Amino acid sequence: MKKFIGQILPSVLPPVVPFIVLMLAAEIVVRAGWIPAFLLPKPTDVFRSLANNGTEILEALGETALASVVGFAISTIVGIGIAVLLASGGWVQRAFYPYAVFFQTVPIIAVAPLLVIWFGYDITAVIASATVVSIFPVIANTLTGLLSTDPALKDLFLLYGASRFKTLIKLRLPFAMPNILTGLRVAAGLAVIGAIVGEFITGGGLGGLIDVSRQQRQIEKVFATLLVASLLGIALFAAINLVSYRLLRHWHASEKKD
Amino acid sequence: MSTAGLVGETSLVLHRVGKTFAGGVEAVAPLSLRIESGEFVALIGPSGCGKSTLLRLIAGLEKPSVGQIEQPGRNPSDVAYVFQDAHLLPWRKVLGNVSLPLELLGVDRSQREARALDVLKQVGLSGLESRYPANLSGGQRMRVSLARAMITSPQLLLLDEPFAALDEITRQQLDEWLRQIWVRNRMTVLFVTHSINEAAFLADRAIVFTQRPAQIALDHDLSKHLPVDRRADLRGTAEFAEQTQTLYQALEGGHVA
Repeated sequence: MKKFIGQILPSVLPPVVPFIVLMLAAEIVVRAGWIPAFLLPKPTDVFRSLANNGTEILEALGETALASVVGFAISTIVGIGIAVLLASGGWVQRAFYPYAVFFQTVPIIAVAPLLVIWFGYDITAVIASATVVSIFPVIANTLTGLLSTDPALKDLFLLYGASRFKTLIKLRLPFAMPNILTGLRVAAGLAVIGAIVGEFITGGGLGGLIDVSRQQRQIEKVFATLLVASLLGIALFAAINLVSYRLLRHWHASEKKD
Repeated sequence: MSTAGLVGETSLVLHRVGKTFAGGVEAVAPLSLRIESGEFVALIGPSGCGKSTLLRLIAGLEKPSVGQIEQPGRNPSDVAYVFQDAHLLPWRKVLGNVSLPLELLGVDRSQREARALDVLKQVGLSGLESRYPANLSGGQRMRVSLARAMITSPQLLLLDEPFAALDEITRQQLDEWLRQIWVRNRMTVLFVTHSINEAAFLADRAIVFTQRPAQIALDHDLSKHLPVDRRADLRGTAEFAEQTQTLYQALEGGHVA
């Protein structure tokens, strides 16, 4: 209890305060009739809706979480793989690097309807959407990391006759790890966004539930679902942060205390 | 792994070696040089004169534009290179960093780690093998870097201003320590520095370079004038002052040229 008050409370309390204030403000504003309830539901109604539709929302959450996590995993593996090829320095890099830059400017979310045409109205399309939306930050950040390997250490590996593969595994990838994790952090949030956008079209999961509730004018249910979707994003983000802390705590400034 | 070469054997011959970088910057003017096995040679010159490029040419990290470099019987395990900063792998503990060269050369784990512990003892870092580089001082990091270089028992040790970033006291300690390691192991050492003091303290032979493109202004035998075993108090002696004066004049002459 002493530890709770002394150490945990000071770090947990500050972000909780604005949340409570905001909820209270929303409650007052809607109750007073300054904003009509069909535009912004009362927080109390949102939480009631969450309780009443618990099973339905949880089921939808499971579907979206699965699609997001699988999409994110594919982004991680394929994205790092593509970055390694792009950083190889050979003709592959020269041929494809411009496209890697170009694709970042494509509003990739607009591709989601196409994915449904290609993969059908099921979770495959949703996974594809989560992947496509989240893969570019992985590629871009990994590539930056791989291309900024300490030249002196590259020389060292060269001097001892290390193969390209050994240099990649023992030097370049670990060196790029902070950048890779930055990419994964961004990708985690984007994978959830990609999955939900995909579900707007396929009709499953949290995205589908938001869409249906909107059509039925159940705005408090839209908000309740949104809240759960945000929690999913936060959970993935927190998971990456944990991995990042475990991998980098001994050596990288971003994860060192003081 | 190999033992250091015998004194008197030729370690390295440069035949009119020059380096011009793409873009036309001539870093090293064609020069010839002969280094005997077991010599401790300091390469001194003004900053940016091309002495580091010369070291990289000798290491094989750059190809000469003209001329030839002869190094009888050289394998990757015969040469070690120490950079201006420690350049350790920050995600590896000291032990993993020191044993890295053997790992890359394909020596198995138990053997390379035993050898690493041995080298760490030599450099006075016993007990620090499970530390991460982030938890070491600058001087300790540099010693780890040197331990890493020494682990293959190289015949040729190339150092590119290794202590330049350290404070004066640490630097002098490491100078003294490096000299002792050389006295014990007698490998060939090429030590690039822009400090006359450091060159005179460390080396048996000092080669002074002109400004870019690097040419030899003076090739001076220090071993005739200074003892083999060198301690910190040497820096205060008249003989030492005389030697630094000789080097200083050559360096200054090179500036005017």
